[in-house]
Amino acid sequence: MDAEFFRAWLAEIAAVVEAQRDHLTQLDSAIGDADHGINLSRGFTAVQAALAQADTPTPGSVLLLTGSTLISKVGGASGPLYGTAFRRASKALGDAPEVDLPALAGALEAALAGVQKLGAAREGEKTMVDALAPAVGAFNKAVAEGAPAGEALSALTDAADAGAQATISMQALKGRASYLGPRSVGHEDPGAASTALILHALRDVAERPPG
Amino acid sequence: MKKLINSPDTVVTDALAGMAAAHPSLAVDLENRVITRAGGPTAGKVGLVSGGGSGHEPLHGGFVGYGMLDAACAGEVFTSPVPDQMLAATKAVDGGVGVVHVVKNYTGDILNFQMAAELAEDEGIEVASVVINDDVAVQDSLYTAGRRGTGATVFAEKIAGALAEQGGSLAEVAAVVAEVNERSRSFGVALTSCTVPAAGKPTFELAEAEIELGIGIHGEPGRTRAPLASARDITAIALDAIGADIPLTGNLLVMVNGMGGTPLIELYGIFNEVHRYLAGPDVRIARNLVGNYITSLEMQGFSVTVCRLTDTLTDLWDAPVDTPGLRWGR
Repeated sequence: MDAEFFRAWLAEIAAVVEAQRDHLTQLDSAIGDADHGINLSRGFTAVQAALAQADTPTPGSVLLLTGSTLISKVGGASGPLYGTAFRRASKALGDAPEVDLPALAGALEAALAGVQKLGAAREGEKTMVDALAPAVGAFNKAVAEGAPAGEALSALTDAADAGAQATISMQALKGRASYLGPRSVGHEDPGAASTALILHALRDVAERPPG
Repeated sequence: MKKLINSPDTVVTDALAGMAAAHPSLAVDLENRVITRAGGPTAGKVGLVSGGGSGHEPLHGGFVGYGMLDAACAGEVFTSPVPDQMLAATKAVDGGVGVVHVVKNYTGDILNFQMAAELAEDEGIEVASVVINDDVAVQDSLYTAGRRGTGATVFAEKIAGALAEQGGSLAEVAAVVAEVNERSRSFGVALTSCTVPAAGKPTFELAEAEIELGIGIHGEPGRTRAPLASARDITAIALDAIGADIPLTGNLLVMVNGMGGTPLIELYGIFNEVHRYLAGPDVRIARNLVGNYITSLEMQGFSVTVCRLTDTLTDLWDAPVDTPGLRWGR
């Protein structure tokens, strides 16, 4: 996976987030302040503009510019959290021109650690961590066991989907949904939903036939 | 959605441009969405910066001026501004003796202000951040996001602004923000939801005879839904909740705040009920505000904020202030 692959991932994220903009905002209306899809759409559109203007020769440089742009353009909690995730992943990849599965696993692990440290969120609190943590865990396990890329990426997205679904029955302890107390139960967490979308985009780009 | 806007994408910048046109005492950086005093930083004075999502006007931009804020950063509607804006604001108001950030307790505001403070320190500006979390509707806990910052923000910005004007040090100005926060509590009630312009429809639906109790300032649903009741009963619910958290005795500063779509006739009716409720030998409403100060777009409803005053806090409250949103004594 080279810089072009990661740029294709970001383009796919921008397209998917735009397509799911209203759905994400709808989820946020139920337990938050009705802007999650709007903010992510603005952020990943800005990432496309930034990537089009800058030279990003390595996967790490693509992700660094992505993270910095999200922090500068999104605001709210999702800007710093997703921004930090991409920046940490970038740091983990360093200057390598090509990324293999174990390196990608390490980058996702770093992204998760960054999000958890900044947001002080653990699993079970109805946040993006509830999708990201099991996804990263499943992916790393598959990669460690020598699974091929397709299988490892399916493990990633399956776990992310299950994690996002599991937030429905949770009571929010972090973020704006926590103000609702028990009334936050019964709704999918918008951050977990967008995390699952972003990971699906990764798998979809990886499975795309070359050329 | 019916709104007096050109487009959802330009609503924040159009309003900022309007503020610049209406108030020559302010300077508005439209690119960074930062409002400062027109005169630039005051040398030797602690800078006071706040900010948050838009949609709460006059908070925060309407409180920039003599005796209150030096700068405000405007985010998208109900979305925290980004660190770049806060850094630009901090640099613009640094008078050489440090800058206080007044931060409402929302995850986004906390994270972005934290990043901004680190960036400012990298550039040699000392920053003290103080978090406002006065909303009693939310259970406070070490394990959750904690209470929201609401009406006490107005009190803190006014009182800290006065102390900064009088030459208070960075530590003293930060301490008085924390003191006002500790001595203040708020509770909010909504009769209707509100519509985020980019979302195009109301955040939640309330039936004709329903109200939301314990709301914040972002059109988010509250803790519980209840049947509509009289102004007297609703006021009692709000003040009971506040009184369960701090003693409602001594000299009080009380704000009855409209959420944006509440007529003043109703807010004065609520203040009348507050006045009745807080009658007694050991309690006095020493100072008050009635009006729209920290709003939630066009939401109908109100919040009540109570601060237990000290003589020093009362003097600072009475000190001159000259901003679009609050003006007296000058």
